Amino acid sequence: MEAQSLSGLSPGAALALPPAGGQARRRRSLGQRLWSTGPVLVLFLPPALLLFTALVVVPILDAGRYSFFDWSGYGVPTRFIGWRNFDLIWRYPAFHQALLNNLLIIAVSLCIQLPMALGLASLVASRIRGAVTFRMIFFLPYILADVAAGLIWRFMYDGDYGLAAAMAHVLGLPAPYVLADPHWAMTAVLVVIVWKYFGFHMMLFIAGLQGIDPALLDAAAIDGANRLQRFRRVTLPLLTPTIRLSVFFSVIGSLQLFDLIMPLTKGGPEDSTQTLVTFLYSFGIMRMRVGFGSAVGVVLFVICVVFAFGYKRLAFRDV
Amino acid sequence: MRRINAIPTSARLGRRSLIAAAALGAFGRHGFVTPAEAAATMIRWLHLEVNPQILKIWNAAAVEFHAQHPDSEVRLQFLENEAFKAKLPTLLQSPDAPSMFYSWGGGVMRAQIETGALRPVQMDDAWKARLNPAALSAFTSDGKIWGAPHQMALMDVYYNKTLFKKAGVAAEQIRTWDDLLAAAKALKAAGITPIAVGGGDKWPIMHWWAYLVVRAGGRQALDDAKAGRNGGFTAAPFVEAGRLLKQLADLQPFQPGYLGATFPQMLGTFGDGRAAMMLSFSGSYARQAHAAADGKGIAHDDLGLFAFPGVAGGKGLPTDTMGGMNAWLVSHTAPPQTDAFLNLLTSLKYQVETAATGIYMPSVPAANSAITDTLLQQPAAELAKSTYHQNYFDQDLGPDVGRVLNDQTTALVAGSITAEGVAKQIEEAWKLSH
Repeated sequence: MEAQSLSGLSPGAALALPPAGGQARRRRSLGQRLWSTGPVLVLFLPPALLLFTALVVVPILDAGRYSFFDWSGYGVPTRFIGWRNFDLIWRYPAFHQALLNNLLIIAVSLCIQLPMALGLASLVASRIRGAVTFRMIFFLPYILADVAAGLIWRFMYDGDYGLAAAMAHVLGLPAPYVLADPHWAMTAVLVVIVWKYFGFHMMLFIAGLQGIDPALLDAAAIDGANRLQRFRRVTLPLLTPTIRLSVFFSVIGSLQLFDLIMPLTKGGPEDSTQTLVTFLYSFGIMRMRVGFGSAVGVVLFVICVVFAFGYKRLAFRDV
Repeated sequence: MRRINAIPTSARLGRRSLIAAAALGAFGRHGFVTPAEAAATMIRWLHLEVNPQILKIWNAAAVEFHAQHPDSEVRLQFLENEAFKAKLPTLLQSPDAPSMFYSWGGGVMRAQIETGALRPVQMDDAWKARLNPAALSAFTSDGKIWGAPHQMALMDVYYNKTLFKKAGVAAEQIRTWDDLLAAAKALKAAGITPIAVGGGDKWPIMHWWAYLVVRAGGRQALDDAKAGRNGGFTAAPFVEAGRLLKQLADLQPFQPGYLGATFPQMLGTFGDGRAAMMLSFSGSYARQAHAAADGKGIAHDDLGLFAFPGVAGGKGLPTDTMGGMNAWLVSHTAPPQTDAFLNLLTSLKYQVETAATGIYMPSVPAANSAITDTLLQQPAAELAKSTYHQNYFDQDLGPDVGRVLNDQTTALVAGSITAEGVAKQIEEAWKLSH
């Protein structure tokens, strides 16, 4: 497996190497550089630029325009209604619930998923027997498609024929229907989210741990630091960039969460498991209110942009 | 130290080829149906049908039409249900717009009419006369006919005869809502879950409320509400329907976990014999069998159905019915031959063939005699003598208000909103979108 991936990488690695001989060391003039990069620019930039414009920039601008219309998606938008769509969004209890759920997902990601991923990463990154196997097992859920994971867990939670039913039967308890209970559905969804994504964050931390020079830990050990001290004073500070990255992915993942929720609960019961994107889908697209849906999309876009830039400024200030 | 074999964190992705959509149009001009010679006129027919029996009939109609009109060709195009709904608005504005396509009527059709995406069907008197008048009127707007109805459905209460017998309940005696409540109590007392619903999909609950509105308010209720008379959707029949549904919900008659159950799960609960009743469409014998855990479900002889019970003091007649109607709508770019083809497709001959499959009820009542399944004969007879046939509320009121209906009626049953609250929410949603 490893050999295969190495051989797969080798042509790329060869390309990245500087050309042989002294030619590479010679300073090249601007003209020469343009001469060499020009054809690449002409060949590769327009398709990418065109695709990016057509598939990203234009839809974003269009959504911004539609958000000011009452439009079903048929014909062209004609009923301009100003900010009313945005005003409406705030009046939906489901939107507040969605926003709250997104924050809840972020909180759980930070308070449960992150420490769990970090803890497991420190365990399976060391040289204990079976570490590779465990690493693979923990990472497996992440490989699964979101929809597939949602369907599997829907079956697990099913109170009629699912695992929950079987377990309740063994224990002699009435079968629980967690996904049908507005008070418990979100908790059940959170369990699936943590199960699905902690493996990914664990991998991030393993990569981060790999990057730490063992000499530092050895030096700390020689200086008499115990395991906990070494972790807190050496490992953790050196892992900060990875933790920042993990937090970033958690937040963005929460804001994008959709395909796990749909097979599990579709945002129900009673909108208790809506996220911003499922709200957009069920209150915009499914109701043929493209204008309203666009307005939700704009709100989501603004949240993402504010977070992405704000977080970059705050967390990566010193990087 | 052993190298840790983690994921490649800084994998060099290289330059990714962007070659992608070259295979588009690979299906070329090889039609699904008619011979390959180039025809002057192309009728593009967009449908959602997956049943091979129905497709066989449609293909035969297309071939016959081509034989009669050698210069015209009919081409069937399939889209899956959800993809169809998502793509249709864009498709109708493209040069490849379908000539005729599937419709549930109601609010979506009105949006299509308003934007000029459709043109009326040129229907002669003989054609009109053979169609079910309720279906025809569902696709009539501003005095023009916008679609050729081809199939119909009716909602009935299905029941499990064995479970009814066990609880000592006689289906023939359930004529009013109070009878139904009494039956639910008797079933519960016998340790049987009275009713299966699909609260996860919501609309299976909404139909209970909607049918109660039809029974309580009759033909006039929905028309008045749409026109904003008597307080719109806050008028008495709507509140009354909510109150009655709440009475039922208070008995806790639904299967455990009903709020998360989908429509197929509801069918499965009923098909497995874990609930005694369900409100469902005509043709639900096959549906419940398919959804049951053993793939067989309730035996044909053990399955019964009765018309939705009446409401004391209600304005609706017991012979008023509720169910779906489907038609082929014609887009504004459709060739004139489309109408002739629709005439052929909804002719008695093809309607008889459709009815004989036992899958759909025909839109031509004369074809009813071809129905052999007793469980389909009964709704067909109800439909034939229907005094007023109401389209599904969520289709009639459009996807926007329809979803509000679904949300609020489910919340009512779950106990988080009152009957008055439901009516108010619907009225607000209706006002907002009109």
